[in-house]
Amino acid sequence: MNTNEVWVYVEQQNGEIADVSLELLGKAQDLAGKLSTKCGAILLGEKNSGNDKTLFQYGADIIYSAEDPSLKNYTPLPYTKIVCDIIEKYKPQIVLYGATVNGRDLAPRIASQLKVGLTADCTELQIGDYEKKKKGEVKKYKDILYQIRPAFGGNIIATIVSPDHRPQMATVRPGVMKINKIDKTYSGTVINIQPNIPQELIVTEIIKNIQIEKTVDLNSSSIIVAGGMGVGSKENFKIIHKLAKTLGGVVGASRAAVDAGFINSDHQIGQTGTTVQPKLYIAAGISGQIQHIAGMNNSNRIIAINTDKDAPIFQIANYGIVGNLNEVIPKLIETFKKLKK
Amino acid sequence: MSYNIIVLVKQVPDTKNITVDAMKPDGTVNRSALPTIFNPEDLNALEEALKIKDKYGAKITVLTMGPPNAADVLRQSLFLGADNVILLSDRKFAAADTLATSYALSLAIKKIGNFDLIIGGRQAIDGDTAQVGPQTAEKLNINQATCVDKIVKLSDGGITVNRTTDYGLETIKAKLPILLTITADANIPRPPSVKKTLTYKNAISLIEKHNYGDEYLKSDNNNKPFIITNWDHKDIKAQTERCGLSGSPTQVKKIENIVLEVGESKEIENSDDGLRSLIVELMSEHIIG
Repeated sequence: MNTNEVWVYVEQQNGEIADVSLELLGKAQDLAGKLSTKCGAILLGEKNSGNDKTLFQYGADIIYSAEDPSLKNYTPLPYTKIVCDIIEKYKPQIVLYGATVNGRDLAPRIASQLKVGLTADCTELQIGDYEKKKKGEVKKYKDILYQIRPAFGGNIIATIVSPDHRPQMATVRPGVMKINKIDKTYSGTVINIQPNIPQELIVTEIIKNIQIEKTVDLNSSSIIVAGGMGVGSKENFKIIHKLAKTLGGVVGASRAAVDAGFINSDHQIGQTGTTVQPKLYIAAGISGQIQHIAGMNNSNRIIAINTDKDAPIFQIANYGIVGNLNEVIPKLIETFKKLKK
Repeated sequence: MSYNIIVLVKQVPDTKNITVDAMKPDGTVNRSALPTIFNPEDLNALEEALKIKDKYGAKITVLTMGPPNAADVLRQSLFLGADNVILLSDRKFAAADTLATSYALSLAIKKIGNFDLIIGGRQAIDGDTAQVGPQTAEKLNINQATCVDKIVKLSDGGITVNRTTDYGLETIKAKLPILLTITADANIPRPPSVKKTLTYKNAISLIEKHNYGDEYLKSDNNNKPFIITNWDHKDIKAQTERCGLSGSPTQVKKIENIVLEVGESKEIENSDDGLRSLIVELMSEHIIG
């Protein structure tokens, strides 16, 4: 059955849906609207009943639900088989996955089995037309998925298409697409899939799962104070923490600062690291390499503090302060405290 | 027991140290202006294989696909302790996306034959896709574990590894053979061995030989250089329509420089008054406070 729908693979862990899947439902609904088709969600798990409602509320029209005890936790072989089975049966035109560790484990395996294209870690998706020139002939395609992603360490932006294969598939960075507002009245259809999982595919046994809370949740904070190489040392990162605490924000860092051991990689913002869009982003001692800027330039307001007046960060900052962060930050803290009283 | 391990490596442009010269005016990358390096996490992958070799004994075959000068990373692999190296190089493989790459790699692995483990880096720094590992595993119809930062236990027929996922630390157990992708957190790669560097410094692939001339190969019959095996598409019996550009479902429509959207920008005077007015402005707009 050729449904031609736009689908989201919904990632869940212990029955809890990953934020990125909800973000993708918003985008998928938007793309489905442009293509005059429906938005579908694929949900695999031991028991899915509790999650149906949530997925409808975030934009799914149809849920393809497969329940089986062996689908309780993500393991590559059974998940690949079941998702491929569902795709082959219902033939969507687009399937989106969150670019999480498990999403990036699963999606390539599915793409390989279906022999279709897959673009990793997209930051934008659009619908548009495409012309392919080959041997003097021009082949025209209508309503193709533009899969847009940073490439080459974040130095360029590439638009990738996969015009001759269906479904068109992409993994999408968490934190980039905006979550659709909940529509509590929205509901749709659940299609229950009877999963057929041969015993020989159950080859990975999860023997332990230790939940580790990230030391920081960069995507949930409206204020981020980020430090770079200019902070100088692990010891001196205290000043970044202090400003963040004073303003009620969290601490971010450039890759250089993480690589230098000033702070752990949970705090890393950029092409490698987390993409953020806070209300206020303060970049202290960060020169502004493209790889960093790619992860924060959609912040609402950006303040840059740097001793080098020619640092590229000033090109994208709304407010530029040329000066030593060790002098500027204490003054900012002091002034803020005074004014807040 | 001793293990047969295949390590997948890639020569990549050093994207971490990109300079302005590396970008052409049209926004595309001038690859010739970029130094090439051994993909960092592939060094971690090779190190894991070497650790297994030290502990249990192993035969390590390092496989790469790339242009003739990708033989560089194979020489480095020999200096580090690889037992055998294979260069998969053919114009037909050029411009391959991850699907066409994994197709060629999987055929080369089938030609190598016996293996217990395939180990690669989590991702390469030029594309950052992390797709070739899982796709190669699928083509070989074997299990996979990605983002591995520790091999906890290896025994006859079984392996236990830790993976760091978005939710924490996952310990999994699986049977061999399996393909693993290794993160930078797994280890610190050892330095090259001086002895092996002396032994293999003249190692050469025959497709590189025009750089040296036939005389070089003949020059010292008693001390012939180590020849790096080179396979082309015929050696691995690849269908040309599944290789390189023609075997790649994805196509690059457009490449552009990152355009930075500059909003209203003002310089704040680095003085008490300047900083005070900034704070006042942000507070009045309820951005802070």
